Amino acid sequence: MSHSCSLLAPVDEDQEFHLDDYEGARARWCPGCGDHSVLTAAQRLLVDEQLKPEETVFVSGIGCSSRFPHYMKTYGFHGLHGRALPVATGIKLHRPDLNVFVVMGDGDCVSIGAGHWVHATRYNVDMVAMMLDNNIYGLTKMQTSPTTPQGYKSNTQPQGSWLPALNPIEATLGITNASFVAQTAEWIPAHLFATLQAAYRHNGFAFVRVLQRCPVFTADIYMDAVRNPEMIDMLDHPDGVPVPESLRQIYPNHLRHDPLNLSAARDLAADTSRIRLGVFFRDEGLPRYEETRHLPAHTADDKIRILNEELDQYAV
Amino acid sequence: MAEDTAVKTREQTGRAQVIRSTQCTVEVVSDSGEGAQKCGQTFGAVSAKMGNGVWTVEIIPAEIQPPPRSPAGASGNRIRIGERVVTNWGDRTNVCIAFNEQVLLARHRLDAIEDDAILLVENMWATHSDEDIRAEWTAAMEELGGAGYRIIEVPMEQECLTVVDNARKGKNMFALGILCWMFDRDMDLTREQIAHAFRKKAAEITERNHQLLELGYAWADENLDVRIDVRPGLSAENTLVMNGNQAAAFGAVAAGMEMAAMYPITPATSVSHQLGEIFYKFGGIVHQAEDEIAAVGVAIGASYSGKVAFTITSGPGLALKTEFLGLSVMAEIPLVVVDVQRGGPSTGLPTKVEQSDLLAALFGQPGDAPHVVMAPATIEECFHAMITARRIAETFRTLVVVMTDANLATGVQPFPRPTLDPAWQGSAPDMSAIPEGKPPYDWDEATGLSRRFIPGTPGGMHTLTGLAHDGNSRVAYASAINQKSSEMRSRKMAVLQSTLRPPEVYGAESGDLLVVGWGSTKGAIEEAVDRARAEGVSVSSLHLRFLSPMEPGLKAIFSRFKKVMTVEINYSDELDMPYITEENRRRGQLAWLLRAQTLVDVDCWTRVLGEPLRPGAIHDVIRSNVSKGGAA
Ligand SMILES: Cc1ncc(C[n+]2csc(CCOP(=O)(O)OP(=O)(O)O)c2C)c(N)n1
Ligand SMILES: [Mg+2]
Repeated sequence: MSHSCSLLAPVDEDQEFHLDDYEGARARWCPGCGDHSVLTAAQRLLVDEQLKPEETVFVSGIGCSSRFPHYMKTYGFHGLHGRALPVATGIKLHRPDLNVFVVMGDGDCVSIGAGHWVHATRYNVDMVAMMLDNNIYGLTKMQTSPTTPQGYKSNTQPQGSWLPALNPIEATLGITNASFVAQTAEWIPAHLFATLQAAYRHNGFAFVRVLQRCPVFTADIYMDAVRNPEMIDMLDHPDGVPVPESLRQIYPNHLRHDPLNLSAARDLAADTSRIRLGVFFRDEGLPRYEETRHLPAHTADDKIRILNEELDQYAV
Repeated sequence: MAEDTAVKTREQTGRAQVIRSTQCTVEVVSDSGEGAQKCGQTFGAVSAKMGNGVWTVEIIPAEIQPPPRSPAGASGNRIRIGERVVTNWGDRTNVCIAFNEQVLLARHRLDAIEDDAILLVENMWATHSDEDIRAEWTAAMEELGGAGYRIIEVPMEQECLTVVDNARKGKNMFALGILCWMFDRDMDLTREQIAHAFRKKAAEITERNHQLLELGYAWADENLDVRIDVRPGLSAENTLVMNGNQAAAFGAVAAGMEMAAMYPITPATSVSHQLGEIFYKFGGIVHQAEDEIAAVGVAIGASYSGKVAFTITSGPGLALKTEFLGLSVMAEIPLVVVDVQRGGPSTGLPTKVEQSDLLAALFGQPGDAPHVVMAPATIEECFHAMITARRIAETFRTLVVVMTDANLATGVQPFPRPTLDPAWQGSAPDMSAIPEGKPPYDWDEATGLSRRFIPGTPGGMHTLTGLAHDGNSRVAYASAINQKSSEMRSRKMAVLQSTLRPPEVYGAESGDLLVVGWGSTKGAIEEAVDRARAEGVSVSSLHLRFLSPMEPGLKAIFSRFKKVMTVEINYSDELDMPYITEENRRRGQLAWLLRAQTLVDVDCWTRVLGEPLRPGAIHDVIRSNVSKGGAA
């Protein structure tokens, strides 16, 4: 692009970025909120990848989780409830040089923004899309979300949620052209980090559902899984997220799963009797929408010349 | 040419009567799929090339595949040609050529046809093997016959079958031949234009169409006795001919914009069709989003990260975009929205013209959301408005809504070819390093203007938010901060207004009546004013290009007229209707604004007939208002 940053930025190429280079405003989530852990993992990822803060954009919707960009010292776009993905798509289409991360809540992503989730998955534009799933509407104080477990009581459904919870992994795997679908949990930092890193390195739209505790409204939902690693299956594969060394002992259940195997991935996702973490599906061979965008290097004068040629066809 | 000579002889011997006229309106109507549009378009293009003023509009059936021979299926073109520039579609049709009597009947029932019109109609239906069709023909001809038109039956099918096997595919060029004879069109130009229109098809197709053209011409020469002479009085040099949607698309390219995000909606969609053909050559992309909300979201994301992007829509889509438009204002992200208005509310009249989105465009966003609303008045202005809109959006960090309508979108008119300026492309956004401590909303106290921090700019990292925020873009609920930031966003509108020129009065600077309009009605209003002034009526008109902020000096201009009224294509009550009083009367949307803005008792005359206003109707309104109130 004409406004490529390397020409303008007086940044020393050897400059090394540290954690505090990515730290924005002090996070104001509740103590014990799982979002803190995701924030730390994201900041660690940026250090690890040495991403330039000014070339990185965090886009969010509205919700507790969508406060995320304020706590990063990168560019941030805290937009509308449910609408993070279109904004991120616009940014990446216009500026493929930027690193784009999207942070959404469950209401944000699979309720009000559900249409965008389906289509952003299919567009397969290169970005990381995190859905911080606390199974509830947090910011607006405990209304049922599509991922609220059946029977779980909320302020809008005090008798318990009527419907079975929507399964975001299974649903995303059902979307044509999905290229990276993973699940991780914020209470397992090593796995969270490894998953975000795999997502970032993936060439395409990387959808990551992060199981996230809300200590105020849904504290009990993940309690057992946190206490009992036996409840969790780790999907293990060199092409996905290999189970980190530090976790191999603590999480004894490893399932060897080739992330190129879509039908196996769908089966694993559909079985909700177990919590499965890791990369369900990953295929870098799928078309990416931004490849349709060609940027011929034209000067303004060139463009005027071409435009005049086009207008000739409409000359009387 | 042999034919031409024959015609001349005929005229000389007095066998053909020649009617001289300064203007004439022609319609070509058929079932859809019979090519009436191609016939009309070619006739319009040839006339423009010869130096006639031209305004062409499509006659579009509401359905994609309406049943054949039904009044609802009338499809085709209406072409108004003149000695001088033609600025609108005119009044009623003088000449109509129809491929069946039912579509002709439809035009008659819509009051589209002049009392003394010449109607040419395919007569194969009179002797059709189907008894019902013959009965329909008889009934229709009876109804039409009562109206006093001059009806000429044309054996189109029979004639065309001498050249083609399937006459349905050939009648349009035969009809064109008839029109060429009647209006003495340059046949070489016409043959060229046909070759151009079918350039993507096999050469035989062009050849066959040329044959059909000659056939129609010869048939007319043999059988018709009336010709119409509308002398070309313009130079066709350095002129472009296109519709308003095409002009807007080219304007966007000329403005250096590189991203159009949209979701298909009539009558806006064809902007994206035009862009789809050319945009990639300039590095541009047409993004067809999953819905209108996503479309505006993508445009906002793109604008936020560089050159301003735009989204194209019509009323229902504008409604969906509302929340994002508020964000654009709140976070001061430049954005251009093109609203090609159609009839509303709800799905309304998808293919028909209306100017009912004005108040929605101005005030549709909840909260106080000051932004710019512009309305090009001509097809030519659709081009230039895009360049202005981009510049204002970026300079003022604001939302600019450009309002056109179905009349501009589908009307085709020649206009002076713009001399393209590379400076319109705009320079690349300023991405130089931001000095430490400079806030992302470093509002200039007086103007509210501030520099945009675009991702990629060193030192500019901040989080943009649609929540109330201070100059540092920090979420802030403190009352003083909200008051201040609201003031800064509003101030920009006043600053823009201070750069605008007062609008020019058309006609005398003072008088009995001032007619105020906006958008596509300019041509019809000014033609009506011309007619009334020629009769000695003291009337002038004023056309507004900016609806927010409004152009300066309106109150002073209004004060020089005894009466001020708007003429608009939206709904208003009239005082002689039941229950309607001065107090509860709902007025035209511009009238509403002008009353609020100027405290002048602005009256209005509006119609929502699903068609452009006719100059004759406005002329009547002018006459009755001057004799009624103003002149008293
Ligand atoms: C258009 C719109 N509708 C509703 C809201 C109110 N609202 C804000 S956040 C939210 C839900 C938040 O839940 P989720 O997306 O799961 O995020 P969380 O707070 O749990 O992180 C709602 C309904 C809004 N801001 N905008
Ligand atoms: Mg939630």
